[in-house]
Amino acid sequence: MSDKSKLKEIEALSFEDALKELETIVQQLERGQIKLDEAIAAYERGAALKALCERKLAEAKAKVEKITLSADGQVTGTEPAGLE
Amino acid sequence: MSDIAGEQKSGHNLAEYSVSEISTALKREIESLFPRVRVRGEISQPSFPRSGHCYFRLKDEGAVLDAVCWKGTIPRLSVRPEEGMEVIATGRITTFAGSSRYQIVVDSLELAGQGALLKLLEDRRKKLAAEGLFAAERKRKLPYLPEVIGVVTSPTGAVIRDILHRLNDRFPRHVLVWPVAVQGERAAGEVARAIRGFNELPEDGPIPRPDLLIVARGGGSLEDLWAFNEEIVVRAAAESRIPLISAVGHETDTTLIDFASDRRAPTPTAAAEMAVPVRSELRASILDQARRLVSGMARELEQHRRSVLAAARGLPRPQQMIEERAQRLDDRGERLLQAGKRLIEIRQAQVAQAGLRLRSPLTQIDAKRAELLSETRALNTAWLTYRRCELDANEQHCQKLARLQRQSQMALDGFLQREQVRLDGAGKLLDSVSFKSVLARGYALVRDAAGVPMMEAATASPGAAIAIEFRDGKIGARITDAPPVSATKPARPAKKSGGDQGSLL
Repeated sequence: MSDKSKLKEIEALSFEDALKELETIVQQLERGQIKLDEAIAAYERGAALKALCERKLAEAKAKVEKITLSADGQVTGTEPAGLE
Repeated sequence: MSDIAGEQKSGHNLAEYSVSEISTALKREIESLFPRVRVRGEISQPSFPRSGHCYFRLKDEGAVLDAVCWKGTIPRLSVRPEEGMEVIATGRITTFAGSSRYQIVVDSLELAGQGALLKLLEDRRKKLAAEGLFAAERKRKLPYLPEVIGVVTSPTGAVIRDILHRLNDRFPRHVLVWPVAVQGERAAGEVARAIRGFNELPEDGPIPRPDLLIVARGGGSLEDLWAFNEEIVVRAAAESRIPLISAVGHETDTTLIDFASDRRAPTPTAAAEMAVPVRSELRASILDQARRLVSGMARELEQHRRSVLAAARGLPRPQQMIEERAQRLDDRGERLLQAGKRLIEIRQAQVAQAGLRLRSPLTQIDAKRAELLSETRALNTAWLTYRRCELDANEQHCQKLARLQRQSQMALDGFLQREQVRLDGAGKLLDSVSFKSVLARGYALVRDAAGVPMMEAATASPGAAIAIEFRDGKIGARITDAPPVSATKPARPAKKSGGDQGSLL
């Protein structure tokens, strides 16, 4: 798997999966039962996962929209909810 | 009329109605009497023909009342008519002239009383549970961190505000609110429609499809919450492909949607807490993971570095390794060479040895000769040694012998002297009688060719060679047949004396 496709694959991960994998990698590294080249690859992946998690965290912002419906009940779109 | 009346022979004074007239009169009368009534009864034989209207009967122990609910009204009904349902129907009483019936045209239906509601609820729960709508295996796991949260609730009121507030406290997210009535006749339909509507949003459409739904309503009476017990809502919740949290009423209120939802939240606020994790905690957790990642990697690298160093200590210098090997190669090469040579030498030696064993006869003879020579030498030596010993041994004998010899010689000499004297005497005597002395007196001795003295003339044949010895020597002569010149006395051959032959003893 090339680096690019690896990165792409990480991008597709959910926050939870990324965090879980990061935890797994950290545990493997901390146990020290890992080959050096694997350790390096794991570290790189861990770093990418961490970046993804941080970005997902940083992306968190509230956006509240209200679904608008046509007269016959079809979804026409959204509008700012203006609830707060 | 008058004509008809006039024809009445019986004298009746009653007005005569046609069926239609009486029916119309009744209809008018009844409708004016009961324009709006509430009738309590149990629903029996509900039917929903293709026309879209709904027919059923209300009954109690003693009577039956036909009921009809027009198509346009049905969506507004808070309860759908079901067999055995205890309801209070509100509407007007009218008649159906076509078959001489009266009936109630229902505007609205409500369940009759708590007990009836609870019984209905329980019956419905059992029915839906039997269909498997509430089965545990249908429950989906909520996403850990949904990107978009769809909220089905009233756009006004505290509920949506509570949810949004708690979401923002924990983890601000994109929230889509699908406004619905949460109470009243339209509520169930709208809630069900909203749940389905969210599910029907295309994955990549302009409106992001939520990955989590919250169906929420604040607290209220059983009747207030009734929309969330409606089958249409429960089915929509059960069928939702998007994980769904129900948060209807207070903690003590349980509606059927709670059985069908994937998680039940006791309050709308609790639903928001279930929906998202706390961002600050996650951030801390990730920072911790990142720190451990770095330190774990550092430790890992350090460990490998130490391993490498430790391994390197045991690693000989390449130069040295090469030198050692080169030396070994040289050694082996040399030995190989030597081995070749030695092999030849060994073979040569073997050949030589074999050759030695295969000696030529000459060599063997030489060897034997040499052996013989040496044996001879040894024998000689031994002989000489022996002789020397013997000589040594004989020396004395020899000396003794010599002495004896000398003594005997002296004795002999004496004897010889004496004998010589005797001999001389005898010799002189002999000489005086020898033929020599005859010869000296002038006689000659004739001998034949053989040297034999010729005594007789007869023996002398003419031509024979003879020797004539005179006093002073011998001459050769030949006999002739001529007569002797003078008769002379033939000389007597002198007898040889032993004058010069004297015996030793």
